[in-house]
Amino acid sequence: MDTNEILVLTVGAILVNNVVLSRILGICPFLGVSKRIETALGMSGAVIFVMTLASFVTALFNRFLVTQTFTINGTEVDLSFTRILLFIVVIAALVQIVEILLKKFSPSLYVSLGIYLPLITTNCAVLGAAELNADASRGLISSTVFGFSTGVGFGLALLLFASIRERLAIARIPKAMEGTAIALVTAGILAMAFMGFSGLVK
Amino acid sequence: MLITILVSAGVVAAVGLILGALIGFTAKKFEVQTDPKIEAVQELLPGANCGGCGYAGCADFASAIVTKGADPSGCSACSDAMLAKIAEVTGKAAGKKEKMTAVVFCSGSFSRSARAADYNGILDCRSASIVAGGGGKACRFGCLGYGSCARACPFGAIEIRDGLAVVHPELCRACGKCVNVCPRKLIRLVPASAPIHVYCNSLEKPAKRRKFCKNPCLACKKCIRTDENHMQMQAGLVRVNYSNPPEASFVEQVKCPTGALQVEEIHRKIAALKPVEPAPKAAPAPKKEESK
Repeated sequence: MDTNEILVLTVGAILVNNVVLSRILGICPFLGVSKRIETALGMSGAVIFVMTLASFVTALFNRFLVTQTFTINGTEVDLSFTRILLFIVVIAALVQIVEILLKKFSPSLYVSLGIYLPLITTNCAVLGAAELNADASRGLISSTVFGFSTGVGFGLALLLFASIRERLAIARIPKAMEGTAIALVTAGILAMAFMGFSGLVK
Repeated sequence: MLITILVSAGVVAAVGLILGALIGFTAKKFEVQTDPKIEAVQELLPGANCGGCGYAGCADFASAIVTKGADPSGCSACSDAMLAKIAEVTGKAAGKKEKMTAVVFCSGSFSRSARAADYNGILDCRSASIVAGGGGKACRFGCLGYGSCARACPFGAIEIRDGLAVVHPELCRACGKCVNVCPRKLIRLVPASAPIHVYCNSLEKPAKRRKFCKNPCLACKKCIRTDENHMQMQAGLVRVNYSNPPEASFVEQVKCPTGALQVEEIHRKIAALKPVEPAPKAAPAPKKEESK
């Protein structure tokens, strides 16, 4: 895997096919924790952390379990349809274990990630990154790189959105548009802005 | 077909079992011992995370009480009954504390104070206070009335009545959030046992105080002459001596010429009312309140 490939993968995941704004995954935390930049940063940190780890582990599972065909009593058994089920179980368990370990070995990191770590256990963006890796049949390293950059892309979108929403909180908005309504409109405009990146990477 | 179903079910079950066992194993192996007392104390704390105790929220304060021996009475939002329960859990007697309440030292509601400018900016005291004209009211020391303190209050104890922040002492838990947020530094925590206050914070020349407000304290010191044990001068302002507060009847005894010295309950009521009597000749009637 050369540098060029890594660059294409990274830019593609962060800007061109941004997990939130182009793929429309992980909308729940995108709307839920974007009211303040501080919480948005905490969430982005947790997502980057979990996505990188989960991409690596699910790529392992994909390579050695899901894509394998076993022959039992002369019948070929293809396990690829259990992919989503296995992935979500693996991700959930992984996050649990990581949480326990963090609490033991790095209480400060545990406190700073706080509630966001268990919150994103079953986030669709995390599963989405794993599924996209499996679909593209990426290797271990490129899967991990993709997971990391998808997390960064999520963080970027969340940070942009949170800073806009902080401004919106003190702006004069028509009564009917306050709150979620203006947030959804903003998210839409932000997604349109990110369409400008399309074609940058195939 | 049947084999596929059985094998996939078996694989998923096996993966689930292994992962479950792994979680159980790590949870046991790397368990962090926490004192159950911490959780018990945290249950008893109010959970508003107001920060009045000086710690980062109730959980932090609970662990400080148990591990560092912090005094539970540092929590201003706790009732005495709760403090006694916490003392039971920790086995240490809680210190006594006097119930405090926040007071906004101003009586200049919109209809009781003169206006110098129209303010059309962000409806928040902190932004109003930094522009020229300072939010509209002529008095440079009084309440701006845009409710920064009311929004900061985690207990909903501050209400804006006709452009004046008034504290409801029965809701106030004296966490001090409003004290820090008020750009005019109008709010102080005082003992809740004091029934009367001097509702003015103005350091203008007395003539201007009269011009700008219907109930200014002119620092005539009539109240101090009536009983100097109860009233005192503090940094150029007349204040109730909170270490020895007077009774509510003290107001009638003094007959404050402007009404700045007022019983707390009455102050809260009249803040919402329009003044009935015409303005005295020395003070030009305040300009009509512009519609917002």
